[in-house]
Amino acid sequence: MGQTLLQIEDLHTQFFTSRGVVRAVDGVSLHIDAGETLGVVGESGCGKTITALSVLRLVPEPGKITSGRILFRGRDVTKMEDEEIRDFRGSDVAMIFQDPMTSLNPVTKVGFQIEEAMTAHNRFSASLAKTRVVELLKRVRVPAAETRVKDYPHQFSGGMRQRAMIAMGLANEPSLLIADEPTTALDVTVQAQIIQLMKQLNRELGTAMMLITHNMALVASLCQRVVVMYAGRIVEEGPVEQIFRSPQHPYTWSLLRSVPRVDEARKDRLVSIRGLPPDLTNPPPGCKFHPRCPFVVDRCRVEEPSLGEVALNQVARCWVLMRNVKEEDVAAAKASALSIEAAQKLKADAEAAAAEVDSVAGS
Amino acid sequence: MTADPILLRVAGAFKHFPISGFGGGAVRAVDGVDLEIRRGETLGLVGESGCGKSTLARLITALLPATAGKIVFDGQDITRLKGWRLRRVRRKMQMIFQDPFASLDPRMTVGDILQEPLDNFAIGSMRDRRRRVQELLRLVGLNPNFTNRYPHEFSGGQRQRIGIARALAVNPSFIVCDEAVSALDVSIQAQIINLLQDLQKEFQLTYLFIAHDLAVVRHLSDRIAVMYLGKVVETAGRNDIYERPQHPYTKALLSSIPVPDPAVERERAPISLKGEIPSPVNPPSGCRFHPRCPIARVPGICSEQEPPLEPHGARDQVAACHFAGQA
Repeated sequence: MGQTLLQIEDLHTQFFTSRGVVRAVDGVSLHIDAGETLGVVGESGCGKTITALSVLRLVPEPGKITSGRILFRGRDVTKMEDEEIRDFRGSDVAMIFQDPMTSLNPVTKVGFQIEEAMTAHNRFSASLAKTRVVELLKRVRVPAAETRVKDYPHQFSGGMRQRAMIAMGLANEPSLLIADEPTTALDVTVQAQIIQLMKQLNRELGTAMMLITHNMALVASLCQRVVVMYAGRIVEEGPVEQIFRSPQHPYTWSLLRSVPRVDEARKDRLVSIRGLPPDLTNPPPGCKFHPRCPFVVDRCRVEEPSLGEVALNQVARCWVLMRNVKEEDVAAAKASALSIEAAQKLKADAEAAAAEVDSVAGS
Repeated sequence: MTADPILLRVAGAFKHFPISGFGGGAVRAVDGVDLEIRRGETLGLVGESGCGKSTLARLITALLPATAGKIVFDGQDITRLKGWRLRRVRRKMQMIFQDPFASLDPRMTVGDILQEPLDNFAIGSMRDRRRRVQELLRLVGLNPNFTNRYPHEFSGGQRQRIGIARALAVNPSFIVCDEAVSALDVSIQAQIINLLQDLQKEFQLTYLFIAHDLAVVRHLSDRIAVMYLGKVVETAGRNDIYERPQHPYTKALLSSIPVPDPAVERERAPISLKGEIPSPVNPPSGCRFHPRCPIARVPGICSEQEPPLEPHGARDQVAACHFAGQA
């Protein structure tokens, strides 16, 4: 692998709200090598977006990076002066967002917005920037780029807007592109086009990518390494093949089995994770996942595990680990969702309770 | 009881929305759809945004009047029904919506939300209704003592359960799920999918399941219909359509969904479609898919003649393509 581009060390980002302190990112350490594609997966509220925004120091109020280091090529982002951070954003690390409509300025031409991204950094002269805009739009495969530069965002379709956002992200040749749910708002055929494009750009330009998503399939198709986050913490990390073949953390395991696959006929019920993600102002003691974990043991409730090596290059934060779970327990977990019998029992209970109420009311 | 195995039949349905202002014209959202839904099955309806799947759902549930065509539900033509006759049909068909935040009135308690359909149709005494509300809450896996709470006190997944309970309140035989799990996080999505399956078995429900996520649709459906630009282009059993798609659009749609398995992903080569879905105001001539189709003969039959839905491939499989199965 190449040299380390980004190194996040024990990052804590917290939001100081009237309800209390939300520990959105709670001790995250990760790294991205030059040219590498890293997937960061987890459900909404697990801290994946806030981790990315912390890297660019764009955490919205009332959030703050409270401790930790973010080293980009050895420079600590958290200690940069305002001038320095402005130069760093866009030219070293660029970010593209989920909704391309809200991230483009609706009253300015698309071409000018991309141009502005370049002239703001003084990397290209005004005239060079103009010709480069067309080049960039061609590179992201916007048809008729010469005329489309004069269009406004509303004249672009959703897929085209996302292409324009990617072009803008690439304008200053950053070495890392952070993509936050870049295809979630797009239709599947357009999503496939954007994935193809991102793969190509990674190959041709050597731009490292950090893909933030809840879609495991997207990670499988685009990334080399994956980080799984839960409740502000990394619970598992490793090479994509390994994580998908033998996930060791029960959360990763459940995530992979809770989505149906398009290439498989229906076999089992989906594994559903019971309950809800924890309230981050008041997370549970012990392992953050224990109230929802089907394989919980006593130790999980009191003591939080640390990230331990479970295989070559693979770490997981769990006392149990999937390889130690008995087969019958796995089968039980698969059937744990409200089954037909359970539904019928609930119905019978409801009727019995109602009859009881009646008899009390009648007497 | 009727023995007709077909619960709902859509015949030549059109829905055009006229465009006001100069130029005129119309958005041809649904442009000649024939469809059958069998008793007790789940029919999956897939397609990209703007293909007309939600409009079709609104025609089927008689929430929108069709411009032309017929919709027959349980042996009765419901296209021109009004007043109490329409209400009587509506009691048999209910809908679950995509956004559990927008589809529940924030100022009503959960108890009131669930009791409203019972009040509307004057089902049972007041005491029966209250009991029924508690039973519904239990049925969808919520605490029956939550009747006095408001929607904002619930999470997205719990709200979707309330939406499902509301749909079940009047004992319908047919439920339209319009992107009912799309807005939910994956682990919650699995809970709701399992719940929908359990309820179907328990109450012999027929579902029309509309979604853009083809993996979820395959998991839930018995048969699947694919829509493109206001028309159904292919219908088949759930495994046939995935294993032997006959229409090039179905093929492209399937190949563009990534699979959560890196080993499989490395071997797959998605069929990349040119461009994006054209405007339904002025759909392409001939086969609507021809400008994006990898096997279209243009100029030729594809740009000149509209292909009809005809049997191709497996039993029970129909596709609208001049060169079905040849991609």
